[in-house]
Amino acid sequence: MAALYTLVVLYAAALLAGFLAPYSYDDADHALPFHYPMIGHVHIRDENGRFSRPFIYSTTVVNPQRAEYAGDRSAKHPIRFFVRGDEYRFVGLIKSNIHLFGVDKPGRFFLFGSDSLGQDIFSRILYGSQVSLTIGIVGILISTVIGMVVGGIAGYFGGPTDFTLMRVVEVLLALPSLYFILILRQLFGEGLSSIQIYFIIVVILALVGWATEARVIRGMVLSIKEQDYVVAARALGFSNSRIILRHILPNTLSFVIVTATLSVPFYILGEVALSFLGVGIQPPEASWGNMLSAAQQFRVLTDFPWVLTPGFFIFVAVIAWNFLGDGLRDAADPRTLQ
Amino acid sequence: MRTLLTRRVLASIPLLIAVTFLTKALLVLSPGNYLDALYANPAIGPDHIERLSKMWHLDSHNVFERYWYWLWPALQGDFGESFSKSASVLSLITERVLNTLLLTGSALVVSWLVAIPLGALAAVYRGRWMDRVIGMFSFLGLSIPTVFFSLLMVLFAARTGLFPAGGIHDQRMWDVMTPWQRFVDTLWHLVLPTIVLGTVGLAQYVRQMRGEMIDVLSRDYIRTARAKGLSRFQVVARHAVANALNPLVTLFGFSLAYLLAGALLTEYVFSWPGLGTLIYDALRDKDEPVVMAATVMLVLMLVVGNLIADVLLAVLDPRIRLE
Repeated sequence: MAALYTLVVLYAAALLAGFLAPYSYDDADHALPFHYPMIGHVHIRDENGRFSRPFIYSTTVVNPQRAEYAGDRSAKHPIRFFVRGDEYRFVGLIKSNIHLFGVDKPGRFFLFGSDSLGQDIFSRILYGSQVSLTIGIVGILISTVIGMVVGGIAGYFGGPTDFTLMRVVEVLLALPSLYFILILRQLFGEGLSSIQIYFIIVVILALVGWATEARVIRGMVLSIKEQDYVVAARALGFSNSRIILRHILPNTLSFVIVTATLSVPFYILGEVALSFLGVGIQPPEASWGNMLSAAQQFRVLTDFPWVLTPGFFIFVAVIAWNFLGDGLRDAADPRTLQ
Repeated sequence: MRTLLTRRVLASIPLLIAVTFLTKALLVLSPGNYLDALYANPAIGPDHIERLSKMWHLDSHNVFERYWYWLWPALQGDFGESFSKSASVLSLITERVLNTLLLTGSALVVSWLVAIPLGALAAVYRGRWMDRVIGMFSFLGLSIPTVFFSLLMVLFAARTGLFPAGGIHDQRMWDVMTPWQRFVDTLWHLVLPTIVLGTVGLAQYVRQMRGEMIDVLSRDYIRTARAKGLSRFQVVARHAVANALNPLVTLFGFSLAYLLAGALLTEYVFSWPGLGTLIYDALRDKDEPVVMAATVMLVLMLVVGNLIADVLLAVLDPRIRLE
């Protein structure tokens, strides 16, 4: 259940990204690249040792070349709630500029530090989750539909249809998916908008990923089609498509859901890999994968390790989906518990 | 044995043709080609580019024609020259293939060496804390993204200085090293990428091994072995593990694809000069001969890997005969 709660929190955060993030994903302060994370620098006692509302000291640039900063005790910025800042659309609908928390200008509050352009990593993680987390859901919907249709047809009709479709499935399963994905990605060239790239990635991943579902569903259909109620439906003269869609496929649903849940990480990791390799979501748009690609530069990784923060979120999301899938599998098939 | 070999070779031909044709088709259909970058270079005249385009058949947009132009020489063992590096593709690719084999091979060995005892332990201590801990670790290993894990390892290497942070060997000292030093140096560079790549398949192996061991441990011959007075260790190590290995070997064939895909990301992060990074670069530059040859190599590696899995199965289990 912990997995489910984690996922609810992550997806809620993605939905409310604009409100939760103190800055917009492309709000860059070029004077403050690679600022250290302030999460450990939030003070709740002032200089006299008395409790006050949480605040941060302002920072001054010590060495702009090496991105060195020092706390400046003379000025402090209290952390305020429901502050006005960059404009965004609340839940994608209502225009708003109220953010959950933030500090007054000219101060900046980098909870998880800032990246090479001085953009807030925390805000970008929130906006990035909108891409990285939804790609799993959208991708799984597409590939499950393909998998159900192909698996249903192959299992129900059998014979040469089954043979041909299953050879295709085998080839897809045997090939290292990432290479196939990269070659497919070539087909679309460059210079696309991020929405286009988003859908290209989803479609490519689904085209590669449906094979697992198709194989599972085919196996189930093979046993279901011998059941009495299917024979009865056939005796009643129902059409093949009606039998497949109304009588057989609904009975595979519990396993379809389990397989789908367990394959969500494939889509999340696929997007991460593509964006990390530079052929996925392009900056300034944020995704967890393209944020990580900053760490590919050796000096950035060693001097400013907080650029790895998105990696923890990928890790957590993947663990949560895997846990949920495992739990659902045990629920759907109690035999595996033994 | 002979029939198995012939059948496998024959079965791999349609696969090779299908995959290479698909790759070529996608390359031809994708916008732009290698020469596009040259037009921007004022030092290269348009007539020269025209000539190159003719020579490499880039002027044709017919997929079948272009495939034939590649296939016919390739059948005779000529994979052409790289567009960007003006060297024969085979000379470029051989070393890369060996490097990738080294990396994936050692990752496989490591994950087996770790997974077999862990899986066996988890099965023997089923339901107790040992089982839980092993289960949790394999779960974490299953879930950690390769990219993130590789980057963490690079960071670890850079911070501690215990391991080199990338590459396959020490660039500066390589030329003056004795063969033994070279071996040690390569091994040293191999450690971190192997850990990352070995973790990819580890969880799957542990789970499979555990499940299989639980099954085997409840069999009659295990009880007989115990009744004979053999020690618990002997029963588990000699009788149970040996019988639980079969499905693991079958899994090996499946995991190759995973491993090679994971190898691309690991090689990229660790700047390991392998097949994965070669394909990635070649795809970016649209260096078609390299992409094609590398694809052939990739498929061959999969086919040979599966063959090895089958032979291994027959060696481990005398009941299985290869026909």
